[in-house]
Amino acid sequence: MKLLIDGLVKAFEHRTRLGIMSVLAVNDMLDFNSLKDYFDIGDGNLANHLKALEKEEYIGVKKTFIGKKPNTKYFMTKAGKRAFDHHLKTLELILKARKG
Amino acid sequence: MKEEQDYIQDIAEMRSMMERSSRFLSLSGFAGIMAGIYALAGAFIVYKVFHFNPDQLAYDSQPEGLLPAGLLPVIFVALGVLVLAIGTAVILSSKKAHKRREKFWNSTTKRLVYHMAVPLVAGGLLVLILLAKGFIGLIAPCTLLFYGLALYNASKFTYEEVKSLGLINIVLGLTGCYFVQYGLLCWAIGFGLVHIIYGIYMHYRYER
Repeated sequence: MKLLIDGLVKAFEHRTRLGIMSVLAVNDMLDFNSLKDYFDIGDGNLANHLKALEKEEYIGVKKTFIGKKPNTKYFMTKAGKRAFDHHLKTLELILKARKG
Repeated sequence: MKEEQDYIQDIAEMRSMMERSSRFLSLSGFAGIMAGIYALAGAFIVYKVFHFNPDQLAYDSQPEGLLPAGLLPVIFVALGVLVLAIGTAVILSSKKAHKRREKFWNSTTKRLVYHMAVPLVAGGLLVLILLAKGFIGLIAPCTLLFYGLALYNASKFTYEEVKSLGLINIVLGLTGCYFVQYGLLCWAIGFGLVHIIYGIYMHYRYER
């Protein structure tokens, strides 16, 4: 995983991406529209963020059909879970170090 | 390097996103109070007006027809209470969701409804069976028992206080099954009084 100078995961620098990872951390699988409910951004914007996370292999995509309509579901990969945990732990460490 | 404020906000964002997407937090406390009032009114009507207060498990004085005489209005009152309570909960919760700038029918709502539906449908079918077999005394406590199970089951997906609400209703339901003569009283306490107290608590804790 690519890290920033302070040890945080580079792919999660953008808050929307961090938000997507947070939502997928507690949901097994969500489709695009359910995911969209949690963010105040447009379809194209969200799709771009998802693509970026997918490229890093932090999230996986499963394409199915509901009737004739394509339905894309997103889930967190093992690598994504590791990166997410690392990110959260690093954030906590940084704050603890600054406080103490 | 980011500022300390940014780090704190990052963590806050993660926590809030995880909570918002895993728990249904638009449940309205006021809807609980209203449901309690409907239930108390319903229990009062069936007791005072229709003199419904079964004191034994089974009644088998029904030579023809499926229902014992006089039971039909009681069933209508019960269904009325149910429809009013659910309707109020849906309307007030969707208002609250709107205020929180969320969609009412999102993935957390679906999950909550699904996890409540399984015990509720099972309980509903059991009540129909009890009704058909003449076990009138068990009906009110059984609705309470299965409602409690549904709440307990769904509490993972909403406010954690719902779990204790479920447990209280399970205990009251079982009590009513054993002391059949107090079945309606338990029902009025569980659906009425407990809902009102719970609704007031939730309203003051989360909605002010």
